[in-house]
Amino acid sequence: MARTLVTGNHAAGAALALAGEANRDARGCCAGAYPITPQTEIIEYLRAFNFTKGHIVPVESEHSAMGVCIGAALAGARSFTASSSNGLAYMNENVFAAGYYRLPIVMIAVNRTLGPPWNIWVDQGDSLSLRDAAWTQFYCESHQDLVDTILVAFRMSEDHRVLLPALVAEDGFILSHTQMAVDIPAQDLVEKYLPKLNLPHQLDFEHAATVGGLTWPRETEKHRREIQSAMENVPAVLNEALDEFAAVFGRRPDGAFTAEYTEDAETVLVACNTMARTLRRVVKDRRERGEKVGMVKVKLFRPFLRDAFIHAIGSAKRVGVLDRNHSPGSGGIFWGEIATTLRQRPDVLLQDYLVGLGGGDVTPQIIEEILDDLKQRKQAEEPVWKEVAA
Amino acid sequence: MSTATSDTPTNTFVRCDGILRPGNTNCAGCGMSLGLQFLEQGLDGEKPTLCIPACCGIVTAGQFPTSAYGVPTVATTFASSPAVATGVSVVRRLNQEPNPTVCWTGDGGTYDIGMATLSAAAERNEDIIYVCYDNEIYGNTGGQRSSATPLGVRTTTTAAGKTERKKDIMGIMAAHRVPYAATLSVAHRDDFLRKIRTARRTRGFRFLLLLSPCPTGWKSEPTESVDLIRAAVGCGLFPIYEVFDGVRYRINIRPDGTPLAEYLDGQRRYHSKTIDRDEIRAEIRAQWAFLEGMEKAFPAGKDEGNPA
Repeated sequence: MARTLVTGNHAAGAALALAGEANRDARGCCAGAYPITPQTEIIEYLRAFNFTKGHIVPVESEHSAMGVCIGAALAGARSFTASSSNGLAYMNENVFAAGYYRLPIVMIAVNRTLGPPWNIWVDQGDSLSLRDAAWTQFYCESHQDLVDTILVAFRMSEDHRVLLPALVAEDGFILSHTQMAVDIPAQDLVEKYLPKLNLPHQLDFEHAATVGGLTWPRETEKHRREIQSAMENVPAVLNEALDEFAAVFGRRPDGAFTAEYTEDAETVLVACNTMARTLRRVVKDRRERGEKVGMVKVKLFRPFLRDAFIHAIGSAKRVGVLDRNHSPGSGGIFWGEIATTLRQRPDVLLQDYLVGLGGGDVTPQIIEEILDDLKQRKQAEEPVWKEVAA
Repeated sequence: MSTATSDTPTNTFVRCDGILRPGNTNCAGCGMSLGLQFLEQGLDGEKPTLCIPACCGIVTAGQFPTSAYGVPTVATTFASSPAVATGVSVVRRLNQEPNPTVCWTGDGGTYDIGMATLSAAAERNEDIIYVCYDNEIYGNTGGQRSSATPLGVRTTTTAAGKTERKKDIMGIMAAHRVPYAATLSVAHRDDFLRKIRTARRTRGFRFLLLLSPCPTGWKSEPTESVDLIRAAVGCGLFPIYEVFDGVRYRINIRPDGTPLAEYLDGQRRYHSKTIDRDEIRAEIRAQWAFLEGMEKAFPAGKDEGNPA
């Protein structure tokens, strides 16, 4: 393995190219690509890559980028793309279509605030707006996590027990445009890890079918149930994919939730992406001072593994959620999900904090203030706006 | 396999293994049904992959798990058929599969919502045969105006007659300098099949425009569909021509003096006080002046478009 100093976007581009190239002895790879800040370097990397059997189509919109991916995947090729913010919103219709077609496309979402007003900084509202599409969703905390998760996502998505597309999110600029040392895996190891893509419903002249044609309610109910079953297969398939990753590459990426210091924690904070890294430092400091605090990093948001989350928070009595997103009229989207999950734990005080919206810098000091607030709370209230950019 | 060949007479039904199987739900007199059969005959047994957006053409497939299409077909989102076809076509090329990728789309998906996607696929010169069966309305939703609806025509959203002119899609596609663009008439089968064969032998983006009678939307008699198109061609309203590389023109069928009334009278969508027949005649004359001028100044080469 080559340990290289690269940006998050370079790392993501490299991982996608490795996966695409790994399918060259099957039906190759093909993708649609369209630029948007802060994702653009990923598609630049892909366009510059010299695939043995692959082609990246420079399309005119995100909607068509996913359209090309859909056609390519249905024709049996490995497919992937990347987007951000309003690009994901513009792509929305075909994002839903890719899930409903059951195509194992992998898309990198470099999180950016939805506009207008225009703001290029990080906010998870863009990818979370796609939470009701039939896609799995991963949130990555580091460059290495991003590379590894992309490869895991291909392996899991292409497994016939899942056959769903995967969205892999990284924070705009904080991760996409900073550099860290990353192990970029060797091509032969990636080929060992990723079987050739075998799409069961690939377009076929011998067994001509109409993909995505008309269904009535009965077939539609069945279709949705099948997608739900596929989502329910994710925990087992993901675990196998992580185990196999460890066997091939010698390290095991994080799974759905990572619980830290939660064995005896009374207070637990929940976060994803790079915020989880800042949170980890704060929790570690507090532990060293003897406070019973812990954290849970959410990596897998779809499917949301409720039982695993309940297990992850241990016996905590107070749970605070750091939401870098906002669902108008409700609150944080992670909070809403966790509130549904905690119906099994009515004894837990659950408080939401809307923090770092529009890319505001969530410093250790901000998280300290949130922890102090959570620890002294008698009861939960509506989501707290923790404005950090003043 | 029973597949139509160049020797197959028009009245022979060779449809069991065909692109369009019997038992589909298309309306009687639908121009798209005939168009699909001519497409199959022109492909001489070569099986295409169809990419069909939201339009009557995807309702044609019928209800899952059955399909009226005898070839692999993707029901794409409304604006996406050229994008999805790009993905299919690229992967076919990577795998040395010669089968053509065909977009089969209505005018809504072509002139309106799919225009950007179509323009981009044409600009990239993707290896796609794009057929627009143009019935000049949103037929699938019950007959609303599109930018393909002619001036004055009544639709469910232009009750008093459309106040804007029809978009010149052939001009738009020619301006993209696509290798081949042509108009198709279901009343002129030889010309239709020759153009499918020309399209097949051409690489890159090929655009074919079919004026597709829609008895339901045009308020016409199903049995008169082919006659209506013959009249549209004969009176000059729908010129039959082809354009090579966007710059070399050839007119294939010239007006034969058929009165405009033969086309208009049989369609109640044209029975509107806002229809000014003299204005339509003036438009036809202007259209022909343009086409004949282009053909004279920039003629197609003798060998172009004549399959061996």
